[in-house]
Amino acid sequence: MDINKDLIAASSTPLVLAILAEGDTYGYAILKRVQELSGGRMAWTDGMLYPVLHRLERLGHIQARWQVADSGRRRKYYRITPQGRSQLAEERRQWQAVDATLRGIWRMLSLAVPVPPLLPVPSLLQAA
Amino acid sequence: MIEDQIAQWRSYLRSRQAIHAVDIAELEDHLREQVAALTAAGLAPDEAFLVAVKRLGSLDALSREFAREHSDRLWKQLVMPAADTGEQKPAARTDALVAFCLAVAAAVVIKLPALFGIGLNENESFYVRNLSLFVLPLVTCYFAWKRGMAAGTARWLAVAFVAAGVFANVYPFTPEGNTEILTALHTPIALWIAVGVAYAGGRWREVAGRMDFIRFSGELFIYYVLIALGGGVLLGFTFGIFEAIGMDIEPFFETWILPCGAMGGVLVASWLVETKQSVIENMAPVLARLFTPLFTIVLLVFLGLVLGTGRTLDVEREVLIVFDMLLVVVLGLLLYSLSARDPRAPGGAFDVVQVVLVLSALVADAVALWAIAARITEFGFTPNRVAALGMNVILLVNLAWSAVCYVRFLRGRGGFADLERWQTNYLWVYAVWAAIVVTAFPPVFRYI
Repeated sequence: MDINKDLIAASSTPLVLAILAEGDTYGYAILKRVQELSGGRMAWTDGMLYPVLHRLERLGHIQARWQVADSGRRRKYYRITPQGRSQLAEERRQWQAVDATLRGIWRMLSLAVPVPPLLPVPSLLQAA
Repeated sequence: MIEDQIAQWRSYLRSRQAIHAVDIAELEDHLREQVAALTAAGLAPDEAFLVAVKRLGSLDALSREFAREHSDRLWKQLVMPAADTGEQKPAARTDALVAFCLAVAAAVVIKLPALFGIGLNENESFYVRNLSLFVLPLVTCYFAWKRGMAAGTARWLAVAFVAAGVFANVYPFTPEGNTEILTALHTPIALWIAVGVAYAGGRWREVAGRMDFIRFSGELFIYYVLIALGGGVLLGFTFGIFEAIGMDIEPFFETWILPCGAMGGVLVASWLVETKQSVIENMAPVLARLFTPLFTIVLLVFLGLVLGTGRTLDVEREVLIVFDMLLVVVLGLLLYSLSARDPRAPGGAFDVVQVVLVLSALVADAVALWAIAARITEFGFTPNRVAALGMNVILLVNLAWSAVCYVRFLRGRGGFADLERWQTNYLWVYAVWAAIVVTAFPPVFRYI
Protein backbone atom coordinates (compact mmCIF):
# COMPACT_ATOMS: atom_id res chain seq x y z
CA MET A 1 0.00 0.00 0.00
CA ASP A 2 1.33 3.43 -0.94
CA ILE A 3 0.52 6.33 1.29
CA ASN A 4 0.01 9.53 -0.60
CA LYS A 5 2.73 12.17 -0.67
CA ASP A 6 0.79 14.86 1.18
CA LEU A 7 0.08 12.54 4.08
CA ILE A 8 3.73 11.52 4.25
CA ALA A 9 4.81 15.15 4.24
CA ALA A 10 2.26 16.15 6.88
CA SER A 11 3.16 13.31 9.21
CA SER A 12 6.91 13.74 8.86
CA THR A 13 7.23 16.41 11.56
CA PRO A 14 5.47 14.55 14.41
CA LEU A 15 7.09 11.30 13.36
CA VAL A 16 10.64 12.66 13.35
CA LEU A 17 10.09 14.57 16.60
CA ALA A 18 8.61 11.50 18.26
CA ILE A 19 11.51 9.29 17.18
CA LEU A 20 13.98 11.86 18.49
CA ALA A 21 12.00 12.03 21.74
CA GLU A 22 12.95 8.37 22.21
CA GLY A 23 16.62 9.34 22.12
CA ASP A 24 19.30 11.12 20.07
CA THR A 25 19.89 9.55 16.70
CA TYR A 26 20.90 10.20 13.07
CA GLY A 27 19.28 10.21 9.66
CA TYR A 28 19.70 6.63 8.57
CA ALA A 29 18.51 5.29 11.95
CA ILE A 30 15.45 7.58 11.82
CA LEU A 31 14.48 6.09 8.47
CA LYS A 32 14.98 2.56 9.77
CA ARG A 33 12.76 3.37 12.72
CA VAL A 34 10.02 4.78 10.49
CA GLN A 35 10.16 1.64 8.39
CA GLU A 36 9.94 -0.51 11.50
CA LEU A 37 7.03 1.45 12.99
CA SER A 38 5.00 1.46 9.78
CA GLY A 39 5.82 -2.10 8.85
CA GLY A 40 7.33 -0.81 5.65
CA ARG A 41 4.14 0.90 4.58
CA MET A 42 5.49 4.45 4.82
CA ALA A 43 8.01 4.64 2.05
CA TRP A 44 10.06 7.81 2.33
CA THR A 45 12.53 8.70 -0.35
CA ASP A 46 15.63 8.55 1.84
CA GLY A 47 17.11 11.87 0.74
CA MET A 48 13.96 13.83 1.55
CA LEU A 49 14.40 13.23 5.27
CA TYR A 50 17.37 15.60 5.39
CA PRO A 51 15.66 18.79 4.27
CA VAL A 52 12.98 17.98 6.88
CA LEU A 53 15.64 17.63 9.56
CA HIS A 54 17.24 20.90 8.48
CA ARG A 55 13.90 22.69 8.63
CA LEU A 56 13.22 21.41 12.15
CA GLU A 57 16.72 22.49 13.12
CA ARG A 58 16.16 25.97 11.73
CA LEU A 59 12.87 26.23 13.64
CA GLY A 60 14.73 25.30 16.82
CA HIS A 61 12.82 22.04 17.42
CA ILE A 62 15.96 19.95 17.17
CA GLN A 63 19.69 20.48 17.50
CA ALA A 64 22.44 18.89 15.44
CA ARG A 65 25.99 17.98 16.33
CA TRP A 66 28.79 16.18 14.51
CA GLN A 67 30.26 13.20 16.30
CA VAL A 68 32.56 10.36 15.35
CA ALA A 69 30.48 7.19 15.19
CA ASP A 70 31.65 3.66 16.03
CA SER A 71 32.33 3.16 12.33
CA GLY A 72 35.00 5.85 12.60
CA ARG A 73 33.07 8.19 10.28
CA ARG A 74 31.83 11.60 11.29
CA ARG A 75 28.09 11.47 11.70
CA LYS A 76 25.48 14.14 12.32
CA TYR A 77 23.34 13.37 15.35
CA TYR A 78 20.12 15.15 16.18
CA ARG A 79 18.58 15.86 19.56
CA ILE A 80 15.12 17.19 20.37
CA THR A 81 15.02 20.54 22.22
CA PRO A 82 12.51 21.52 24.95
CA GLN A 83 10.79 23.64 22.31
CA GLY A 84 10.65 20.57 20.09
CA ARG A 85 9.01 18.59 22.88
CA SER A 86 6.25 21.15 23.26
CA GLN A 87 5.84 21.19 19.48
CA LEU A 88 5.52 17.41 19.59
CA ALA A 89 2.84 17.66 22.29
CA GLU A 90 0.97 20.18 20.13
CA GLU A 91 1.24 18.02 17.02
CA ARG A 92 0.09 15.05 19.01
CA ARG A 93 -3.04 16.91 20.17
CA GLN A 94 -3.85 17.89 16.59
CA TRP A 95 -3.26 14.41 15.17
CA GLN A 96 -5.36 12.85 17.93
CA ALA A 97 -8.19 15.21 17.05
CA VAL A 98 -7.93 14.20 13.38
CA ASP A 99 -7.64 10.56 14.35
CA ALA A 100 -10.67 10.74 16.68
CA THR A 101 -12.74 12.41 14.01
CA LEU A 102 -11.84 9.82 11.42
CA ARG A 103 -12.45 6.97 13.87
CA GLY A 104 -15.91 8.32 14.51
CA ILE A 105 -16.80 8.40 10.87
CA TRP A 106 -15.18 5.00 10.13
CA ARG A 107 -17.34 3.48 12.86
CA MET A 108 -20.52 4.90 11.35
CA LEU A 109 -19.52 3.80 7.85
CA SER A 110 -18.63 0.31 9.02
CA LEU A 111 -22.31 -0.34 9.61
CA ALA A 112 -22.82 -0.07 5.86
CA VAL A 113 -19.42 -1.03 4.35
CA PRO A 114 -17.32 -4.10 5.19
CA VAL A 115 -14.12 -3.18 7.10
CA PRO A 116 -10.84 -4.07 5.44
CA PRO A 117 -8.88 -6.64 7.45
CA LEU A 118 -6.47 -5.10 9.98
CA LEU A 119 -2.83 -6.04 9.59
CA PRO A 120 -0.94 -6.96 12.76
CA VAL A 121 1.16 -3.80 12.67
CA PRO A 122 1.21 -1.07 15.30
CA SER A 123 -0.64 1.87 13.81
CA LEU A 124 1.46 4.82 12.88
CA LEU A 125 -0.80 7.30 14.59
CA GLN A 126 -0.86 5.37 17.84
CA ALA A 127 2.91 5.23 17.88
CA ALA A 128 3.11 8.99 17.59
CA MET B 1 35.73 0.36 -6.81
CA ILE B 2 32.90 1.36 -4.51
CA GLU B 3 35.05 4.27 -3.31
CA ASP B 4 35.36 5.51 -6.90
CA GLN B 5 31.61 5.33 -7.32
CA ILE B 6 31.04 7.24 -4.09
CA ALA B 7 33.60 9.86 -5.11
CA GLN B 8 31.82 10.30 -8.44
CA TRP B 9 28.44 10.57 -6.71
CA ARG B 10 29.93 13.20 -4.38
CA SER B 11 31.14 15.28 -7.29
CA TYR B 12 27.67 15.15 -8.86
CA LEU B 13 26.17 16.46 -5.64
CA ARG B 14 28.82 19.14 -5.37
CA SER B 15 27.65 20.67 -8.63
CA ARG B 16 24.32 21.56 -7.00
CA GLN B 17 24.64 24.87 -5.26
CA ALA B 18 21.75 24.27 -2.85
CA ILE B 19 23.54 21.24 -1.39
CA HIS B 20 26.55 22.25 0.69
CA ALA B 21 29.62 20.22 1.56
CA VAL B 22 28.30 19.58 5.05
CA ASP B 23 25.06 18.13 3.64
CA ILE B 24 27.01 15.95 1.25
CA ALA B 25 28.93 14.57 4.22
CA GLU B 26 25.65 13.77 5.95
CA LEU B 27 24.17 12.13 2.86
CA GLU B 28 27.37 10.19 2.28
CA ASP B 29 27.21 8.76 5.80
CA HIS B 30 23.66 7.69 5.02
CA LEU B 31 24.69 6.16 1.72
CA ARG B 32 27.54 4.16 3.27
CA GLU B 33 25.28 2.89 6.04
CA GLN B 34 22.69 1.81 3.49
CA VAL B 35 25.31 0.11 1.31
CA ALA B 36 26.67 -1.73 4.35
CA ALA B 37 23.17 -2.92 5.31
CA LEU B 38 22.38 -4.08 1.78
CA THR B 39 25.73 -5.85 1.43
CA ALA B 40 25.12 -7.61 4.72
CA ALA B 41 21.76 -8.73 3.28
CA GLY B 42 23.62 -10.42 0.43
CA LEU B 43 23.87 -7.85 -2.37
CA ALA B 44 27.10 -7.32 -4.29
CA PRO B 45 28.74 -3.97 -3.38
CA ASP B 46 28.03 -2.27 -6.72
CA GLU B 47 24.42 -3.46 -6.67
CA ALA B 48 24.11 -2.22 -3.12
CA PHE B 49 25.49 1.14 -4.22
CA LEU B 50 22.98 1.47 -7.05
CA VAL B 51 20.05 0.59 -4.80
CA ALA B 52 21.24 2.96 -2.07
CA VAL B 53 21.61 5.84 -4.53
CA LYS B 54 18.17 5.13 -5.98
CA ARG B 55 16.60 5.19 -2.54
CA LEU B 56 18.09 8.60 -1.85
CA GLY B 57 15.89 9.96 -4.61
CA SER B 58 16.65 11.71 -7.87
CA LEU B 59 19.30 14.39 -7.74
CA ASP B 60 16.94 17.02 -9.16
CA ALA B 61 14.21 16.33 -6.62
CA LEU B 62 16.71 16.27 -3.80
CA SER B 63 18.36 19.48 -4.87
CA ARG B 64 14.91 21.10 -5.21
CA GLU B 65 13.99 20.09 -1.66
CA PHE B 66 17.26 21.44 -0.33
CA ALA B 67 16.76 24.66 -2.27
CA ARG B 68 13.28 25.07 -0.80
CA GLU B 69 14.64 24.69 2.71
CA HIS B 70 17.77 26.75 2.09
CA SER B 71 16.64 29.33 -0.45
CA ASP B 72 19.35 31.69 0.78
CA ARG B 73 21.94 29.34 -0.66
CA LEU B 74 20.97 30.23 -4.19
CA TRP B 75 22.40 33.66 -3.44
CA LYS B 76 26.03 32.94 -3.07
CA GLN B 77 27.32 34.72 -0.04
CA LEU B 78 30.80 36.10 -0.03
CA VAL B 79 31.10 37.88 3.29
CA MET B 80 30.42 34.81 5.38
CA PRO B 81 32.30 32.24 3.35
CA ALA B 82 31.65 28.56 3.94
CA ALA B 83 31.04 28.69 7.68
CA ASP B 84 30.24 25.01 7.57
CA THR B 85 33.18 23.59 5.71
CA GLY B 86 35.09 23.45 8.97
CA GLU B 87 38.69 22.85 7.97
CA GLN B 88 39.36 25.89 5.79
CA LYS B 89 38.34 28.46 8.35
CA PRO B 90 41.70 29.19 10.02
CA ALA B 91 43.37 29.63 6.63
CA ALA B 92 40.65 32.05 5.51
CA ARG B 93 41.05 34.03 8.72
CA THR B 94 44.84 34.28 8.36
CA ASP B 95 44.33 35.41 4.80
CA ALA B 96 41.89 38.13 5.84
CA LEU B 97 44.25 39.22 8.61
CA VAL B 98 47.24 39.49 6.27
CA ALA B 99 45.16 41.44 3.74
CA PHE B 100 43.93 43.77 6.47
CA CYS B 101 47.45 44.39 7.80
CA LEU B 102 48.71 45.15 4.28
CA ALA B 103 45.78 47.52 3.73
CA VAL B 104 46.75 49.35 6.93
CA ALA B 105 50.37 49.34 5.74
CA ALA B 106 49.28 50.93 2.43
CA ALA B 107 47.42 53.62 4.38
CA VAL B 108 50.53 54.27 6.47
CA VAL B 109 52.91 54.27 3.49
CA ILE B 110 50.99 57.00 1.67
CA LYS B 111 51.37 59.18 4.79
CA LEU B 112 55.09 58.43 5.29
CA PRO B 113 56.48 61.13 2.97
CA ALA B 114 54.54 63.71 4.99
CA LEU B 115 56.71 62.76 7.98
CA PHE B 116 59.75 63.87 5.99
CA GLY B 117 58.20 67.18 5.08
CA ILE B 118 56.74 66.16 1.71
CA GLY B 119 53.14 67.19 2.31
CA LEU B 120 50.30 66.14 0.06
CA ASN B 121 49.14 69.66 -0.78
CA GLU B 122 52.52 71.22 -1.52
CA ASN B 123 54.04 68.30 -3.47
CA GLU B 124 51.23 67.05 -5.63
CA SER B 125 53.50 66.11 -8.51
CA PHE B 126 55.63 63.88 -6.27
CA TYR B 127 52.52 61.94 -5.25
CA VAL B 128 51.16 61.75 -8.80
CA ARG B 129 54.42 60.29 -10.12
CA ASN B 130 54.80 57.79 -7.28
CA LEU B 131 51.18 56.80 -6.71
CA SER B 132 51.54 53.25 -8.01
CA LEU B 133 54.75 52.79 -6.01
CA PHE B 134 52.86 53.35 -2.78
CA VAL B 135 50.40 50.55 -3.31
CA LEU B 136 51.50 48.06 -5.99
CA PRO B 137 54.48 46.70 -3.98
CA LEU B 138 52.06 45.84 -1.18
CA VAL B 139 49.64 44.09 -3.56
CA THR B 140 52.67 42.20 -4.89
CA CYS B 141 53.65 41.32 -1.31
CA TYR B 142 50.18 39.95 -0.65
CA PHE B 143 50.35 37.58 -3.63
CA ALA B 144 53.99 36.74 -3.01
CA TRP B 145 52.95 35.63 0.47
CA LYS B 146 49.82 33.88 -0.77
CA ARG B 147 51.58 31.91 -3.52
CA GLY B 148 54.84 31.35 -1.65
CA MET B 149 57.02 33.15 -4.18
CA ALA B 150 60.57 31.96 -4.81
CA ALA B 151 63.35 34.25 -3.53
CA GLY B 152 64.78 34.64 -7.04
CA THR B 153 61.51 35.99 -8.46
CA ALA B 154 61.05 38.25 -5.46
CA ARG B 155 64.47 39.77 -6.10
CA TRP B 156 63.61 40.55 -9.74
CA LEU B 157 60.33 42.16 -8.76
CA ALA B 158 62.09 44.25 -6.11
CA VAL B 159 64.55 45.41 -8.78
CA ALA B 160 61.62 46.42 -11.02
CA PHE B 161 60.01 48.49 -8.28
CA VAL B 162 63.27 50.16 -7.29
CA ALA B 163 64.00 50.97 -10.95
CA ALA B 164 60.52 52.48 -11.35
CA GLY B 165 61.12 54.55 -8.22
CA VAL B 166 64.43 55.81 -9.61
CA PHE B 167 63.00 56.76 -13.02
CA ALA B 168 60.02 58.50 -11.44
CA ASN B 169 62.20 60.64 -9.19
CA VAL B 170 65.61 61.37 -10.71
CA TYR B 171 64.54 63.00 -13.99
CA PRO B 172 64.37 66.81 -13.77
CA PHE B 173 60.78 67.08 -15.00
CA THR B 174 59.31 70.45 -15.85
CA PRO B 175 56.65 70.87 -13.14
CA GLU B 176 53.31 69.63 -14.48
CA GLY B 177 54.87 69.11 -17.91
CA ASN B 178 53.79 66.51 -20.47
CA THR B 179 56.53 63.99 -19.74
CA GLU B 180 55.78 64.05 -16.03
CA ILE B 181 52.11 63.22 -16.66
CA LEU B 182 53.12 60.49 -19.12
CA THR B 183 55.39 58.98 -16.48
CA ALA B 184 52.56 59.06 -13.94
CA LEU B 185 50.21 57.35 -16.39
CA HIS B 186 52.60 54.69 -17.64
CA THR B 187 54.40 53.64 -14.46
CA PRO B 188 51.35 51.72 -13.15
CA ILE B 189 50.91 49.97 -16.52
CA ALA B 190 54.54 48.83 -16.54
CA LEU B 191 54.43 47.75 -12.89
CA TRP B 192 51.13 45.94 -13.26
CA ILE B 193 53.08 43.13 -14.91
CA ALA B 194 55.06 42.74 -11.67
CA VAL B 195 51.76 42.28 -9.83
CA GLY B 196 50.83 39.76 -12.53
CA VAL B 197 54.00 37.72 -12.01
CA ALA B 198 53.24 37.61 -8.28
CA TYR B 199 49.56 36.84 -8.86
CA ALA B 200 50.18 33.96 -11.25
CA GLY B 201 52.81 32.48 -8.93
CA GLY B 202 54.67 29.79 -10.84
CA ARG B 203 52.07 29.86 -13.63
CA TRP B 204 53.13 33.12 -15.28
CA ARG B 205 54.68 31.26 -18.19
CA GLU B 206 51.43 29.42 -18.88
CA VAL B 207 48.63 30.91 -20.95
CA ALA B 208 46.13 29.85 -18.28
CA GLY B 209 48.08 31.59 -15.54
CA ARG B 210 48.18 34.87 -17.44
CA MET B 211 44.51 34.51 -18.37
CA ASP B 212 43.70 34.20 -14.67
CA PHE B 213 45.60 37.41 -14.10
CA ILE B 214 43.50 39.13 -16.80
CA ARG B 215 40.35 37.90 -15.05
CA PHE B 216 41.70 39.11 -11.74
CA SER B 217 42.44 42.57 -13.19
CA GLY B 218 38.89 42.99 -14.48
CA GLU B 219 37.27 41.89 -11.25
CA LEU B 220 39.65 44.04 -9.21
CA PHE B 221 38.65 47.08 -11.23
CA ILE B 222 34.94 46.40 -10.69
CA TYR B 223 35.38 45.77 -6.97
CA TYR B 224 37.48 48.87 -6.56
CA VAL B 225 34.84 51.01 -8.25
CA LEU B 226 32.17 49.50 -5.99
CA ILE B 227 34.26 50.11 -2.88
CA ALA B 228 34.89 53.69 -4.02
CA LEU B 229 31.14 54.22 -4.48
CA GLY B 230 30.46 52.87 -1.00
CA GLY B 231 33.22 55.08 0.40
CA GLY B 232 31.66 58.08 -1.33
CA VAL B 233 28.28 57.41 0.31
CA LEU B 234 29.92 56.98 3.72
CA LEU B 235 31.81 60.24 3.32
CA GLY B 236 28.71 62.09 2.17
CA PHE B 237 26.96 61.12 5.38
CA THR B 238 30.02 61.91 7.45
CA PHE B 239 30.20 65.40 5.98
CA GLY B 240 26.50 65.93 6.62
CA ILE B 241 26.33 64.81 10.23
CA PHE B 242 29.54 66.55 11.28
CA GLU B 243 28.42 69.73 9.61
CA ALA B 244 25.24 69.50 11.70
CA ILE B 245 27.33 69.88 14.85
CA GLY B 246 29.35 72.69 13.32
CA MET B 247 32.50 70.78 12.42
CA ASP B 248 34.23 71.03 9.06
CA ILE B 249 36.02 67.76 8.35
CA GLU B 250 37.13 68.66 4.85
CA PRO B 251 40.83 69.28 5.69
CA PHE B 252 40.97 66.01 7.62
CA PHE B 253 39.20 64.27 4.75
CA GLU B 254 41.63 65.55 2.14
CA THR B 255 44.84 64.78 4.00
CA TRP B 256 43.89 61.53 5.73
CA ILE B 257 40.70 59.72 4.79
CA LEU B 258 40.86 60.03 1.00
CA PRO B 259 44.52 59.00 0.47
CA CYS B 260 44.52 56.28 3.14
CA GLY B 261 41.15 54.91 2.01
CA ALA B 262 42.09 54.94 -1.66
CA MET B 263 45.31 53.02 -0.98
CA GLY B 264 43.89 50.54 1.51
CA GLY B 265 40.94 49.94 -0.82
CA VAL B 266 43.21 48.43 -3.49
CA LEU B 267 44.38 45.74 -1.07
CA VAL B 268 40.92 45.07 0.28
CA ALA B 269 39.63 44.73 -3.29
CA SER B 270 42.51 42.35 -4.18
CA TRP B 271 41.72 40.21 -1.18
CA LEU B 272 37.99 40.17 -2.01
CA VAL B 273 38.59 39.13 -5.60
CA GLU B 274 40.99 36.43 -4.44
CA THR B 275 38.51 35.10 -1.87
CA LYS B 276 35.46 35.25 -4.05
CA GLN B 277 36.80 33.82 -7.29
CA SER B 278 35.07 30.49 -6.81
CA VAL B 279 32.14 31.81 -4.77
CA ILE B 280 30.53 34.37 -7.02
CA GLU B 281 30.04 34.67 -10.72
CA ASN B 282 32.60 36.99 -12.31
CA MET B 283 31.17 40.38 -13.20
CA ALA B 284 33.51 41.55 -15.96
CA PRO B 285 32.40 38.89 -18.49
CA VAL B 286 28.75 39.64 -17.71
CA LEU B 287 29.28 43.34 -18.43
CA ALA B 288 31.31 42.49 -21.53
CA ARG B 289 28.50 40.32 -22.87
CA LEU B 290 25.96 43.00 -22.12
CA PHE B 291 27.83 45.82 -23.82
CA THR B 292 29.40 44.04 -26.79
CA PRO B 293 26.21 44.23 -28.93
CA LEU B 294 25.57 47.84 -27.86
CA PHE B 295 29.07 49.01 -28.76
CA THR B 296 28.82 47.13 -32.03
CA ILE B 297 25.63 48.98 -32.94
CA VAL B 298 27.13 52.37 -32.04
CA LEU B 299 30.24 51.70 -34.14
CA LEU B 300 28.27 50.43 -37.12
CA VAL B 301 26.03 53.50 -37.08
CA PHE B 302 29.12 55.72 -36.81
CA LEU B 303 30.81 54.00 -39.74
CA GLY B 304 27.62 54.09 -41.76
CA LEU B 305 27.42 57.85 -41.28
CA VAL B 306 31.09 58.48 -42.02
CA LEU B 307 31.29 56.30 -45.10
CA GLY B 308 27.75 56.90 -46.30
CA THR B 309 27.48 60.66 -46.00
CA GLY B 310 31.16 61.40 -46.45
CA ARG B 311 31.33 63.39 -43.22
CA THR B 312 34.90 64.19 -42.35
CA LEU B 313 36.43 63.81 -38.96
CA ASP B 314 36.91 67.05 -37.12
CA VAL B 315 40.53 66.56 -36.21
CA GLU B 316 40.95 68.12 -32.82
CA ARG B 317 43.98 67.58 -30.68
CA GLU B 318 42.16 65.14 -28.41
CA VAL B 319 40.65 62.99 -31.14
CA LEU B 320 43.51 60.48 -30.92
CA ILE B 321 42.92 60.01 -27.19
CA VAL B 322 39.22 59.34 -27.85
CA PHE B 323 40.04 56.66 -30.39
CA ASP B 324 42.68 55.16 -28.07
CA MET B 325 40.01 54.89 -25.41
CA LEU B 326 37.63 53.32 -27.92
CA LEU B 327 40.20 50.65 -28.78
CA VAL B 328 40.86 50.03 -25.08
CA VAL B 329 37.15 49.50 -24.48
CA VAL B 330 36.79 47.19 -27.48
CA LEU B 331 39.84 45.25 -26.37
CA GLY B 332 38.35 45.00 -22.87
CA LEU B 333 35.06 43.70 -24.27
CA LEU B 334 36.93 41.15 -26.36
CA LEU B 335 39.25 40.10 -23.54
CA TYR B 336 36.56 39.60 -20.91
CA SER B 337 34.27 37.77 -23.30
CA LEU B 338 37.19 35.47 -24.09
CA SER B 339 37.99 35.01 -20.42
CA ALA B 340 34.60 33.48 -19.70
CA ARG B 341 34.22 31.47 -22.89
CA ASP B 342 34.56 27.73 -22.93
CA PRO B 343 37.45 27.23 -25.39
CA ARG B 344 35.95 23.94 -26.58
CA ALA B 345 32.55 25.38 -27.50
CA PRO B 346 31.94 25.87 -31.23
CA GLY B 347 31.49 29.37 -32.62
CA GLY B 348 28.06 30.95 -32.18
CA ALA B 349 26.12 34.13 -32.92
CA PHE B 350 27.86 36.01 -30.11
CA ASP B 351 31.25 35.24 -31.63
CA VAL B 352 30.09 36.77 -34.90
CA VAL B 353 28.98 39.92 -33.07
CA GLN B 354 32.40 39.98 -31.44
CA VAL B 355 34.17 39.83 -34.79
CA VAL B 356 31.92 42.56 -36.20
CA LEU B 357 32.72 44.72 -33.17
CA VAL B 358 36.47 44.27 -33.59
CA LEU B 359 36.37 44.86 -37.35
CA SER B 360 34.22 47.98 -37.06
CA ALA B 361 36.51 49.34 -34.35
CA LEU B 362 39.49 48.71 -36.63
CA VAL B 363 37.85 50.52 -39.55
CA ALA B 364 36.79 53.44 -37.33
CA ASP B 365 40.31 53.73 -35.98
CA ALA B 366 41.79 53.54 -39.46
CA VAL B 367 39.52 56.41 -40.53
CA ALA B 368 40.70 58.44 -37.56
CA LEU B 369 44.38 57.63 -38.16
CA TRP B 370 44.05 58.60 -41.82
CA ALA B 371 42.60 61.95 -40.86
CA ILE B 372 45.30 62.55 -38.27
CA ALA B 373 48.22 61.37 -40.40
CA ALA B 374 47.46 64.07 -42.90
CA ARG B 375 47.89 66.77 -40.31
CA ILE B 376 50.33 65.31 -37.82
CA THR B 377 53.30 67.28 -39.18
CA GLU B 378 51.29 70.45 -38.87
CA PHE B 379 50.56 69.71 -35.20
CA GLY B 380 54.13 68.66 -34.45
CA PHE B 381 55.37 65.70 -32.43
CA THR B 382 54.72 66.46 -28.79
CA PRO B 383 55.38 63.67 -26.25
CA ASN B 384 51.63 63.31 -25.63
CA ARG B 385 50.91 62.82 -29.29
CA VAL B 386 53.71 60.28 -29.78
CA ALA B 387 52.54 58.35 -26.72
CA ALA B 388 48.94 58.37 -27.94
CA LEU B 389 50.02 57.30 -31.42
CA GLY B 390 52.19 54.49 -30.05
CA MET B 391 49.32 53.27 -27.90
CA ASN B 392 47.03 53.36 -30.90
CA VAL B 393 49.40 51.32 -33.04
CA ILE B 394 49.85 48.73 -30.28
CA LEU B 395 46.10 48.32 -29.84
CA LEU B 396 45.52 48.27 -33.57
CA VAL B 397 48.02 45.46 -34.08
CA ASN B 398 46.49 43.51 -31.23
CA LEU B 399 42.94 43.85 -32.50
CA ALA B 400 43.89 43.19 -36.12
CA TRP B 401 45.61 39.92 -35.31
CA SER B 402 42.78 39.02 -32.89
CA ALA B 403 40.32 39.50 -35.73
CA VAL B 404 42.42 37.21 -37.94
CA CYS B 405 42.54 34.51 -35.23
CA TYR B 406 38.85 34.87 -34.53
CA VAL B 407 37.80 34.59 -38.17
CA ARG B 408 40.07 31.57 -38.60
CA PHE B 409 38.48 29.98 -35.55
CA LEU B 410 34.95 30.65 -36.82
CA ARG B 411 35.82 29.12 -40.18
CA GLY B 412 37.22 26.08 -38.42
CA ARG B 413 40.80 26.71 -39.51
CA GLY B 414 42.29 27.32 -36.07
CA GLY B 415 41.72 26.69 -32.42
CA PHE B 416 40.35 29.12 -29.92
CA ALA B 417 43.55 28.64 -27.94
CA ASP B 418 45.46 30.68 -30.56
CA LEU B 419 43.42 33.73 -29.64
CA GLU B 420 44.02 33.21 -25.93
CA ARG B 421 47.72 32.72 -26.44
CA TRP B 422 47.95 35.88 -28.56
CA GLN B 423 46.16 37.97 -25.96
CA THR B 424 48.09 36.65 -22.98
CA ASN B 425 51.45 36.99 -24.73
CA TYR B 426 50.58 40.51 -25.71
CA LEU B 427 50.51 41.58 -22.04
CA TRP B 428 54.27 42.00 -22.36
CA VAL B 429 53.90 44.52 -25.18
CA TYR B 430 51.86 46.90 -23.01
CA ALA B 431 54.39 46.65 -20.20
CA VAL B 432 57.39 47.15 -22.47
CA TRP B 433 55.79 50.11 -24.23
CA ALA B 434 54.89 51.68 -20.86
CA ALA B 435 58.46 51.13 -19.67
CA ILE B 436 59.79 52.85 -22.81
CA VAL B 437 57.51 55.85 -22.22
CA VAL B 438 58.68 56.10 -18.61
CA THR B 439 62.40 55.66 -19.27
CA ALA B 440 63.04 57.14 -22.73
CA PHE B 441 60.43 59.84 -23.30
CA PRO B 442 61.51 62.34 -20.63
CA PRO B 443 65.14 62.68 -21.85
CA VAL B 444 64.17 62.49 -25.54
CA PHE B 445 61.66 65.30 -25.16
CA ARG B 446 63.89 67.27 -22.75
CA TYR B 447 61.60 66.83 -19.75
CA ILE B 448 58.94 69.20 -21.07
